[in-house]
Amino acid sequence: MRILLLLIPVVVASCTEADPRVSFNADVRPILNAKCVGCHGGVKQAGDLGLIFRENALGAVVPGQPRRSELIRRVRHEDPEVRMPYEAPPLSEAEIQTLERWIEQGAEWEDHWAYEPPVPTPPSSPVPDGGNEIDAYVADALLASGISPAPAAPPATLLRRVSLDLTGLPPTPEEMETFLADPSEAAYSRAVDRLLASPRYGEHRAAGWLDLARYADSRGYERDRPRTIWPYRDWVIRAFNDDMPFDQFTVEQLAGDLLPNPTPDQLIATAFHRNTPSNGEGGTNNEEYRTVSVMDRVNTTWEVWQGTTMACVQCHSHPYDPILHEDYYNSFAFFNNTADHDHVWELPAVRIPSAALRGKIDSLQNWVTSYGTDAEADYWLRFLQTREPIVRPYYFEDVVGGVFTDRADEDFMVMRSGNSFLLPTTSLDSVEALHLLSGDRRDYVLEVRLDDSTGATVATYDSQRKQGSGPKIISLDSVRGRHRLFVTVTGEEKDVPLTNIYGFYFQARLPGAGRDNYAAVKQYIADLAGSRDSVQVPVLSDHPPEMQRTTHLFERGNWLVPGRVLDGGVPAIMPPLPAGQEKNRLTFARWLTAPENPLTARVAVNRIWGELFGTGLVATPEDFGSQGAMPTHPELLDWLAVHFATDLKWSTKQLIRLIVHSKTYRQSSAARPELGDDPYNQLLARGPRSRLTAEQLRDQMLAVSGLLSDKMYGPGVMPPQPDGLWDHIPYSDIKWETSAGEDRYRRAVYTYLRRSVIHPGLTTFDGSSREICLSRRTETNTPLQALATLNDPAFTEAMHHLVGEVLNETDDPALAVDRLHRRVLYRPIREGDREDLLQLYREALREYDGRQKDALFVVANVLFNLDEFLTKS
Amino acid sequence: MLKPEQEASLRLAEFNSRRFFLRQCTLGLGGIALGGLLGCGGELATSPQTPTTATLGPLDLAPHARRVIYLHMAGAPSQLETFDYKPDLIKLHGKDCPPSLLDGKRFAFIQGTPKMLGPQANFAQHGESRAWVSDLLPHFSTVVDEVAFLRAVHTEEFNHAPAQLLMHTGSPRLGRPAMGSWVTYGLGSDNENLPGFIVLTSGGREPSAGKKLWSSGFLPSIEQGVQCRTEGDPILYLSDPNHMSRDLRGKSIEAINRINRQQHKELGDPETLTRIAQYEMAFKMQVSVPEVMDISKEPAHIHEMYGTEPGRASFANNCLMARRLAEADVRFIQLYDWGWDMHGTSRDTSLGEGLADKCRAIDRPMTALLRDLKQRGLLEDTLVVWGGEFGRTPMQENRGGTTNPFLGRDHHGEAFTMWMAGGGIRGGASYGQTDAIGYAGVNERAHIHDVQATILNRLGLDHEKLTYPFQGRNFRLTDVAGEAITPLFG
Repeated sequence: MRILLLLIPVVVASCTEADPRVSFNADVRPILNAKCVGCHGGVKQAGDLGLIFRENALGAVVPGQPRRSELIRRVRHEDPEVRMPYEAPPLSEAEIQTLERWIEQGAEWEDHWAYEPPVPTPPSSPVPDGGNEIDAYVADALLASGISPAPAAPPATLLRRVSLDLTGLPPTPEEMETFLADPSEAAYSRAVDRLLASPRYGEHRAAGWLDLARYADSRGYERDRPRTIWPYRDWVIRAFNDDMPFDQFTVEQLAGDLLPNPTPDQLIATAFHRNTPSNGEGGTNNEEYRTVSVMDRVNTTWEVWQGTTMACVQCHSHPYDPILHEDYYNSFAFFNNTADHDHVWELPAVRIPSAALRGKIDSLQNWVTSYGTDAEADYWLRFLQTREPIVRPYYFEDVVGGVFTDRADEDFMVMRSGNSFLLPTTSLDSVEALHLLSGDRRDYVLEVRLDDSTGATVATYDSQRKQGSGPKIISLDSVRGRHRLFVTVTGEEKDVPLTNIYGFYFQARLPGAGRDNYAAVKQYIADLAGSRDSVQVPVLSDHPPEMQRTTHLFERGNWLVPGRVLDGGVPAIMPPLPAGQEKNRLTFARWLTAPENPLTARVAVNRIWGELFGTGLVATPEDFGSQGAMPTHPELLDWLAVHFATDLKWSTKQLIRLIVHSKTYRQSSAARPELGDDPYNQLLARGPRSRLTAEQLRDQMLAVSGLLSDKMYGPGVMPPQPDGLWDHIPYSDIKWETSAGEDRYRRAVYTYLRRSVIHPGLTTFDGSSREICLSRRTETNTPLQALATLNDPAFTEAMHHLVGEVLNETDDPALAVDRLHRRVLYRPIREGDREDLLQLYREALREYDGRQKDALFVVANVLFNLDEFLTKS
Repeated sequence: MLKPEQEASLRLAEFNSRRFFLRQCTLGLGGIALGGLLGCGGELATSPQTPTTATLGPLDLAPHARRVIYLHMAGAPSQLETFDYKPDLIKLHGKDCPPSLLDGKRFAFIQGTPKMLGPQANFAQHGESRAWVSDLLPHFSTVVDEVAFLRAVHTEEFNHAPAQLLMHTGSPRLGRPAMGSWVTYGLGSDNENLPGFIVLTSGGREPSAGKKLWSSGFLPSIEQGVQCRTEGDPILYLSDPNHMSRDLRGKSIEAINRINRQQHKELGDPETLTRIAQYEMAFKMQVSVPEVMDISKEPAHIHEMYGTEPGRASFANNCLMARRLAEADVRFIQLYDWGWDMHGTSRDTSLGEGLADKCRAIDRPMTALLRDLKQRGLLEDTLVVWGGEFGRTPMQENRGGTTNPFLGRDHHGEAFTMWMAGGGIRGGASYGQTDAIGYAGVNERAHIHDVQATILNRLGLDHEKLTYPFQGRNFRLTDVAGEAITPLFG
């Protein structure tokens, strides 16, 4: 810890001695943050003094006049009752002098480094032979410390490292042999390009991204029902494999639905924010959990793209950073208009139709493109994709008698005979029919009148004329203008529920009346509306303008105490939103990836760096604010960020290619005595070394044993897990059914992830619980992990399989041990290790009555548990 | 075994070394055992931003308890049929609930105007403390003088999963660490061969919030509660594969560790040394875990006392296991018993029969647990906590506006009863009062965060100082609230 504190000033503030001017960011802010803002911050402002904004600080600071500044008087005061920091050790003389000089020089404020736009400064050191710019920046920092870089890692280590980092898998024996035969620079480049082009690349990168997306195959909380959202996981894998530029990757996930003519894939991308848990427990209020989801979307977006702890301002202004309470709800406003509502059906959803429906969809789409206006084409596209917007019961007005349950599993209006409500004002000019979504319980007649209970009847539905299982299509008389619609239900039986109404869809008139085939194509509307023959993926879908929710600030973060109305915006410390644009998610998403945004590219390159090196250049990828870590190599971070967003055009593959070609990445990770002062490798004077992730452990085990399936995509699979884990979940009877065939041996990214009972292979090895966004996993080293790799039947199955393969090649024990070793660790066995393992083999052979296969299994069991196997070196 | 004051000085001595090798002092390692072996290993791969030990000193407060046994009745037992005697409610039985109790209130299932519902059990006073206990708990009424009652506990949550999460993680949302994880994070564990946070469940189902109630959340995964199971391996992957003998397993672990030591010589990564130690511990756990979980060798009079039947999953068996785990110095022993959600929608959820059955199933074993801990001298440094996630309404539930077929009560967060006993708790104490019908607390109310602060306090932990940095701020079990309830302290 002490080392870190010493190191940061060296790296960050190396210019202060030459410049007598005090730097607010380098010299003053650290003192304020460490000693003052706990009581004089953004939340607690003791004595009305806060030191987050200059305006507030001026209460105790008189620029140019330290002697007249209350701040100096108080830190110098001899009476401990008056002296600041209160009830804490006084500031050092050096600290006080720094503050005095700063005030003398005008008490200028500087924005925190992360809010300043990145400006690349060239490194002082030259680019070394065989390296790139990264090495020059790293050399700049190393020069100051007098430490030299580590030698290059041995070729076998390097190929295993880069293979695990780029694809999550070890190399195949052939790939290793090829590389060992020619470990030249050119061969390394070829290997990197091969790895980046491999479909395994996208699977590996997705595994990391899904932690941020809090992806799971179930909804969480009590019943933890399944959720069909795996097409989003597949979208992520494809996006990485296609090297979708990061700006596009951002916009599609945050606002793909608001792009013009969104493709089904662009809608699926928005499932990023439908990964929020939902609560299906009987008595829970849907609006409450919708609000929870929206808050989670705000927090996650800011953490993932801005490294900003927006969650801190949910209840009050930020205690440490210049972000206000209202900024939270200005972000909230962007996310507050999606139609999802913690519905049990997980709507809205994009429909991925079966092949059987494809023809009708194409015909309908072609029809409206040919005969409709652009607006009509947009309308029908939305119908085909999502069937939204639906007017749901929380929009019903002047409800008489109807009971809106608004409860986890009952999101409908219970209607008894004589009950009525009004549908909100909307233009009926082009409406041809209403689609009634209801669960009918008794016979009833539903009547729709114009404007109010006395208006003309414009539509009628008699439940005795059944239409099948889908929505009931009720044709509406031709009406012009904007109206409310009065809906009433009558039946013979009084005081019993007749029907549960989920909502209404206003169906427009199909254009092209009078053309050939009009009637046939029109019939497709009913066919498609009633069809359940499609995969439904929950997605974002905004309410149309007249149905938009009003966003209030929540006093102290409590959703039951709405405060003033806010309509969307960004913190004043950041560049403004573009003028003249609609304040919605799309504008916000584009603002994130605009060149002016100082954080997005930095945060993105830092994440990639962290995944490759174990720790980011900013060690807190989730927090670039004043309480987060300072960058160890600020110039490198800024150069990478600008290079990524401009020269590399947001190409993640190119960025990774650049980093793994640096000599810094290719160093040996062995410890050296002179690195004793840098245990966290902040100077980057050695290569990375870390335990494999939960996913890599499983995948590697399957890969080296020859069991791994390379099948991609599709619903989550269920590899073996201990019996009974799913048996005691309340109100849930879904079962873990162990997958057969190659699905048993799929990569971990395809394992079915149920939030309430995550596969122990993931939880034991520090996997995310996928409930909230997780920017980095905390690596642990525990006896439960040892038990898992020693005894988990999935692991032992792989060991048996590998032993079988080796025994097919040789039954000579020494040779078999050598081959096993090479298959698992990719290098010749050490003489001493061979002796140890043969000794163990002989003991096992005695125990197993000479059964060679069983004895060799014990050797494989050892190899799969070696530190070298479990670690990326 | 150490007395609290001895532990206090020991913790002080441990503290300086603890923070250097916390990742090893995990499963019951208290730090001491591996301290010498591992030196300052294990920090290399971590970082200053990922603390693996609590940053507080060991002695924020004097510890009175060394461990916790927490008995959670999942589903929320009715306080009005167990401990909160409300004779006035008898008079109001069958009358319409006044609007003042309904306006602006949120209920899980009650709609319209429900009827008031008198207590469905008979009450009497017991012990020197004259504590009211219903006749559904005849055994327990003989030990009330060991117990301190909190009679006006309250919570904002009125659905099971969120309320359970609030009770055990300090937040109704998913993602926070469990109390047991916070405790082992703060204190480590004293047992070398067992996890520091063990969970036992009974009643046929897991609690509504499931395994999230013993998740380590954002704390290092080493702090996650380990569920001991009655079927299969008591801990996952404890059994060796392929009928491997104990001797051969030992030799294979020796081989692993020998090669790993060689690896460490070459690369110098302290994580490798940690791994060697963890393999040794795993080997020991393979014996110690089944041993401690095996209640069959307990003498007959103990089985009689608890009402245990070895081999069967029951609350009684779990109580006896809890005592064995306490004896083995496991830090946090968490029991969940499912089936207390008496809505009155069926016989099993009726106050008349369902509740009586559940009370019968816990009455003898939880009484035995207190007596047994006491006779072994364990009660003085073991804090025992009992409660549900909220209380029940004084009104009869009328789901969807119609009366339920059996007598039942809806969820209710404004007032319910919990009790604590043992380590640092004054037996016979009573804290908090509810109004004449048990609807709300009128004085000495205790919020869930207060209960949590109290539990941490008895363990010597200041709930405001036990923090962990995550997503840019310091989190704690009690969020931004909570105050220890000192009147309960002995």
